[in-house]
Amino acid sequence: MSLELNKVAPAVGAESETKRSQPLLEANRISKTLGGKLILDDVSLSLDRGQRKILIGPSGGGKSTLLKCIHFLNPPDKGDVFLDGKSAKDMSQSNISAFRQEIGMIFQDFNLFDHLTAKDNVAIALRKVKKQPKAAARARAMEELDKVGLSDKAELYPAQLSGGQKQRVSIARAMAMEPKLMLLDEPTSALDPELIGEVLQVIADLAQGGMTMLMVTHQLDFVKHLTDEIIFMENGRIVEQGNPGVLLDAQSNSRTSLFCAKLTQLSSKKWTPGNFM
Amino acid sequence: MDTWEFYVKSLIPALNQGLLMSVKIIVPSALLGIAIGVLVGAGRAAGPKWLKPLLNAYVSVFRGTPLVVQLTMWYFGLPSVSRWLGGYLGPLGLPEFTWKCLILSPYAAAVVAFCLCSGAYQSEYIRGAILSIRKGQFLAAESLGFTKAQTFWHITAPVAVRRALHGCGNEIIYLIKYSSLAIIVSVMELTGQSKSLGSLYFRNFECYCLTALYYLALVSLATIILHLIEKKLEIPGLGQAKA
Ligand SMILES: Nc1ncnc2c1ncn2[C@@H]1O[C@H](COP(=O)(O)OP(=O)(O)OP(=O)(O)O)[C@@H](O)[C@H]1O
Ligand SMILES: [Mg+2]
Repeated sequence: MSLELNKVAPAVGAESETKRSQPLLEANRISKTLGGKLILDDVSLSLDRGQRKILIGPSGGGKSTLLKCIHFLNPPDKGDVFLDGKSAKDMSQSNISAFRQEIGMIFQDFNLFDHLTAKDNVAIALRKVKKQPKAAARARAMEELDKVGLSDKAELYPAQLSGGQKQRVSIARAMAMEPKLMLLDEPTSALDPELIGEVLQVIADLAQGGMTMLMVTHQLDFVKHLTDEIIFMENGRIVEQGNPGVLLDAQSNSRTSLFCAKLTQLSSKKWTPGNFM
Repeated sequence: MDTWEFYVKSLIPALNQGLLMSVKIIVPSALLGIAIGVLVGAGRAAGPKWLKPLLNAYVSVFRGTPLVVQLTMWYFGLPSVSRWLGGYLGPLGLPEFTWKCLILSPYAAAVVAFCLCSGAYQSEYIRGAILSIRKGQFLAAESLGFTKAQTFWHITAPVAVRRALHGCGNEIIYLIKYSSLAIIVSVMELTGQSKSLGSLYFRNFECYCLTALYYLALVSLATIILHLIEKKLEIPGLGQAKA
């Protein structure tokens, strides 16, 4: 499968908007302490509709924790998250469920439901959470599996799928809920190099469709084409953010470009990543 | 009485009667044991904090003491407690059954002892199965908007049942065999029948051999049924409990 990233339409950035409306997602001054350690220290970010931002930074910097806080899987200690202007703080249990349904989350290790076929992995939340009839949910699941090129694997269980296929099912599962926004936490880093491309292609398709995304990834070449902004996180703080062209420029001497140079150096020692790096 | 006549006229009818009694003990004990095991196991793995020490205490006591002692306690021990309680409750004007209910029939004592003991073991398998489920499964469910209860029923339970099935099945097979202990509270199940006939006719060897075959048949039947259930519920990649 070849990646045709250049076909992706330019993202709708804040600049190109005629009138400044409220952002789709706003994380406001989030702090989180885990195990007695301050993991997120006053982090704020926002995403407009159709915007795509990339979160990078050294391991342990708090990227995954930030995504979980934004999704209220792990509610922040301080700060708040606004989706379409609605605050997530102090929500009741059922409102939290509704809030989470509007945000899709993709995990590094897929987290497919082991006891369900690919089709039912996609259908179950439609049936149990959205209360759709079984047949309708399954039909919808087939549509979504088709979009990620897996309609022929619908009856297989996670254990029978490759890593790349599992991640595509998990994307179909999230998309079936019709989220306003997708959070992706290193969606390709648990994959063998030869499987990365098929997942990146699906993510590129989402971008093409105008999906708003916040993605943690170290797939840098991929980053440049798809994003409006790179956010560099370290020790629980955002230390740099801005246009990928600027931040990734080796001449800029930005923290981001230094980090990326080191990353490329390290990874080229381990394996040849083919045409993605 | 020749051997053939003894077999057909005495031993087999008696053993069949004993078999019926054994089944009457085993089936409710197994079902109640599973029910207790599921509740206690789920409570220990995922229940509220205050409940866990109570459930742990139950399991420690019932796994940590010999079944014979437990059974004896239910049948021979409780009547003393009942008498003692009656001494206090009677003068208070409470009806007799409030303490007399502690005096169990042999059959009831056997079922109570077996299901409580079995439930303690079953809860271990259930608890282990629930704890074996990876955290990511819950994260994924919650991120899709599942509530805690929905996650339990649609994600945790189906996997836990499959992971626990093998252990729970083994426990039922043990139960079939330890149901023979009911003889000590004078329930005339398989072993009881066999013992009384064996000593009456001085034919212990034959009686116990045949009894053993009856148990073997019961266990084989249970094994086949459990195997069929396991086959029916089998999902690729799920059977073996993962670390
Ligand atoms: N439940 C927890 N209890 C205590 N500490 C935790 C917990 N979860 C995460 N941490 C710590 O928080 C820090 C940030 O973790 P996080 O997973 O968010 O980093 P990350 O930027 O995603 O790193 P990586 O690139 O390795 O995925 C780490 O030091 C981690 O050890
Ligand atoms: Mg992470």
